[in-house]
Amino acid sequence: MSSDSVNTYGEDFDAVLDDGSVLTVEQRAALDTVERAQSTKDTEQPWAALGMKADEYAELHEILGRRPTSSELAMYSVMWSEHCSYKSSKVHLRQFGEKTTEAMREHLLVGIGENAGVVDIGQGWAVTFKIESHNHPSYVEPYQGAATGVGGIVRDIISMGARPVAVMDPLRFGAIDHPDTLRVLPGIVAGVGGYGNCLGLPNIGGEVVFDPCYQGNPLVNVLCVGTMKHQDIHLANATGAGNLVILFGARTGGDGIGGASILASETFAEGGQAKRPAVQVGDPFAEKVLIECCLDLFQAKVVNGIQDLGAAGLSCAFSELASNGDGGMLVHLDRAPLRDPSLAPEEILMSESQERMMAVVRPEDLPGFLAITSRWDVEATVMGEVTETGRLVVLWHGETIVDVPPRTVAHDGPVYNRPMARPDSLDALQADSPARLPRPADADLAGLVLRMIGSPNLSSRSWVTDQYDRYVQGNTTLATPDDAGVIRVDEESGLGVAISTDCNARFAALDPYHGAQLALAESYRNVAVAGGRPLAVTDCLNFGSPEDPGVMWQFAEAVRGLADGCQQLGVPVTGGNVSLYNQTGSTPIHPTPVVGVLGVLPDVAARTPSGWREAGAQLLLLGTTRAEFGGSEWAWVEHSHLGGLPPAVDLEAERSLADLLVTAGGDGLLIAAHDLSDGGLAQTLVESSLRYGVGATVSADAACTRDGVDAFTLLFAESTARVLVAVAAESVPEFTERCERLSVPVVALGTTGGDALTVEDRFTLSLDQLRTTHTAALPAALTL
Amino acid sequence: MRIGVVTFPGSLDDRDAARAIRLAGGTAVPLWHGDRELHSVDAVVLPGGFAYGDYLRCGAIARFAPVMDEIIRLAGPPTAAAPGLPVLGICNGFQVLCESHLLPGALIRNDHRHFICRDQVLRVESTSTTWTSGYTAGDEIVIPLKNGEGGYVADTATLDQLEGEARVVVRYLGFNPNGSYRDIAGVSNASGSVVGLMPHPEHAVETGYGPESDSHGALSGGTDGLRFFTSALQGVLSA
Repeated sequence: MSSDSVNTYGEDFDAVLDDGSVLTVEQRAALDTVERAQSTKDTEQPWAALGMKADEYAELHEILGRRPTSSELAMYSVMWSEHCSYKSSKVHLRQFGEKTTEAMREHLLVGIGENAGVVDIGQGWAVTFKIESHNHPSYVEPYQGAATGVGGIVRDIISMGARPVAVMDPLRFGAIDHPDTLRVLPGIVAGVGGYGNCLGLPNIGGEVVFDPCYQGNPLVNVLCVGTMKHQDIHLANATGAGNLVILFGARTGGDGIGGASILASETFAEGGQAKRPAVQVGDPFAEKVLIECCLDLFQAKVVNGIQDLGAAGLSCAFSELASNGDGGMLVHLDRAPLRDPSLAPEEILMSESQERMMAVVRPEDLPGFLAITSRWDVEATVMGEVTETGRLVVLWHGETIVDVPPRTVAHDGPVYNRPMARPDSLDALQADSPARLPRPADADLAGLVLRMIGSPNLSSRSWVTDQYDRYVQGNTTLATPDDAGVIRVDEESGLGVAISTDCNARFAALDPYHGAQLALAESYRNVAVAGGRPLAVTDCLNFGSPEDPGVMWQFAEAVRGLADGCQQLGVPVTGGNVSLYNQTGSTPIHPTPVVGVLGVLPDVAARTPSGWREAGAQLLLLGTTRAEFGGSEWAWVEHSHLGGLPPAVDLEAERSLADLLVTAGGDGLLIAAHDLSDGGLAQTLVESSLRYGVGATVSADAACTRDGVDAFTLLFAESTARVLVAVAAESVPEFTERCERLSVPVVALGTTGGDALTVEDRFTLSLDQLRTTHTAALPAALTL
Repeated sequence: MRIGVVTFPGSLDDRDAARAIRLAGGTAVPLWHGDRELHSVDAVVLPGGFAYGDYLRCGAIARFAPVMDEIIRLAGPPTAAAPGLPVLGICNGFQVLCESHLLPGALIRNDHRHFICRDQVLRVESTSTTWTSGYTAGDEIVIPLKNGEGGYVADTATLDQLEGEARVVVRYLGFNPNGSYRDIAGVSNASGSVVGLMPHPEHAVETGYGPESDSHGALSGGTDGLRFFTSALQGVLSA
């Protein structure tokens, strides 16, 4: 416990009054005030070094009627950055709203635009969930980058009024044997675990994917889900003139400042340190205390509006709160408690120090508010108040350093219609069909199964997931390696949610429109397999540079595909995140639209696990298998091949399949269900057998005959809308009848039991051998 | 039957410990780290988590919390007239008990240096404690384990004494997950009223939310941990 985090009630209360401190003559001379900006319009400013374009800087003059002060330039440059303003993606993201029908809004309590969307799951409960990226920081400093990625999304969830109840982490790395993978992976996994474990949030799923395209640009996406009662929903707005603006949590330091150091060195040549670190440093203990403190504040009803401090720090919090509210705010920046007293005002405005929140509080609630922050030893400072001026005014020791219309900072930033062009190389890529690849002989199928399940992307993820606490909070009922994480929300009724995140970026590389829909389809299917009725979607759109017309086309196609797919499945996008500029040199990553789907279970006791515990259950294969190998794991593992077209998307089939699984699961007809995706049926059979150590004997013949495919294709093709289910023998007639009613193709495969996996007339592999092969790959590659 | 559950800033499994007490039939009483009295509880659970962040040695700061003064006083060496206050320290709580010298030894970083979360098989070695009287010696149970600093260490004389006095309460079976000396997962004080262990019995109290099977792979419902709490309730009732 650092002395920084200890608050003294009296001192903070005194901070409501002016602290009376004055600037020295030198400090005053160096300060770039609004007054000075009006009289020195020709002063040269480092707008280009801050990432602003010439026309953006010109627009700033237009808005302000003068040059910006250095503090204003700091705010605008960071708020108009791609990361904060979505200026390249906005025109495309609109479709998520436009393609959400009235019927899809039925369960939507808060939609896109707030810190996170909120969904009604019934019984008075609401769930908020969102996924975010922290890719570049995690490349620079794996542990802290990943840790603060968890911290940031968790604060988004708290600021909706919810208790965070689980996290998931879709991670992507370069080739498993590349030296840089060994540099970043252990740190990223330890960072996700170190921060999440310390917050008491169960980690219930995610992804670990290896592909050379992420070699210089790993992807660290983190999803957080929170729960609350409907009446506890909070929003980020500053309403009610005279209400107080309170900054609470950790002190502001010099970490996480990107371009601000340039401004600082311009302003204070002799003052602070020359270079500030750009990656934030996390303190999970401070965040855990902040979670509990916020929940107590909500409970006591002393919070009017709330906003977390993440990207762009105070610049974002001030301007978004003011812009969403009555439009005016007056703040005394010099009141911000600092870890480093040498920080310049520009740096304080841009600092991305972690574990900070901002609340808008009625004056009469201030004593109650401070009593709660004091109980949790959380420092709280009244920074200023809401006004009706329509201006965001920031003072520094009484001098006005910012005076702007807040909407122009937070919402009315630049919007670009970037040029787009379908890459010429795509035709050749799609023409390079996997049909030309040699198929294995039947005699090699056993060897192929072992090579596949021991390959980097299909092997057991337990080396990673065993470093995460999945038990804390006592509500986790399914987690990795099951298809979806399932947690209980209401202890009385058993009401709960299922969540999955998925994306096969190779599919998206071959066809971004359908690739995004395939990610949606897989995530939707995984939730239904576990028993959840899909209700809402969040996405994390990881792409290369928007200034590359080819990448921009991929992005536009993926968004269009996802929005169309969501409309067809009737599940709205409630929020998400865009991460651009993911590339090394001029080579972008594969388009990686990670899709998270949330579903509801009236009682999680009826959830369906991905494996069977008993012998004698009947195994049925749902869906149709085609010779679809474009972008498949088989083509990649065996032939290092990526080409052709991805598997066909059939969202109507997915919808019927989900309907079948959710109702049959809820009615207790399913012993187990496991989705078929990467690696196909062979992978699913192995995973389900290993889940509880009970094997299976299956025959390929009936399915092969019906679908007109050979055993190899049945076992390794990656056709969609397929699921393996285990059903008690006496339930088979009823289940089959339900399949027919919903037009879901069903074929008998075999029976569970024994300590081996047998495909009749082809091979038998012992579970011991399968387990050894399946679990060896990650430790062998990653243990130093 | 009132069992206090202490919340330090950074405690994580406090609500889970309270749930386990309720499921066992007791009344869970929240205790705050700043409390100077124990609100007439009959026993105390120190839950898992990272008290005060545990940026120093785990439990080293929590041991000095105001609430610990009273716990240490009441749980200290019992007299014939006043048997010691029963205390169960789970994970971080075990670390706090060692730092408080209510239990011997110390917990250090796992030998493999990773956080580890797994369903762990344990053998109940001693049933002469307040918290394990409901088990039969030799019972094999499955309890979730999740920690980064769970390696139990003590000098040879202390270890021999613990073994000799039947104060090794539970032992890791089949796999030592953290390098603990002599596979020790939990120990007690001389009278058996104070028990500390690294695995989390409060996460094995409800079917569907705990480990997936008992040590024999059968369907135990994953509730092997409940008896830690029922043992204490029965013990206190009969006392």
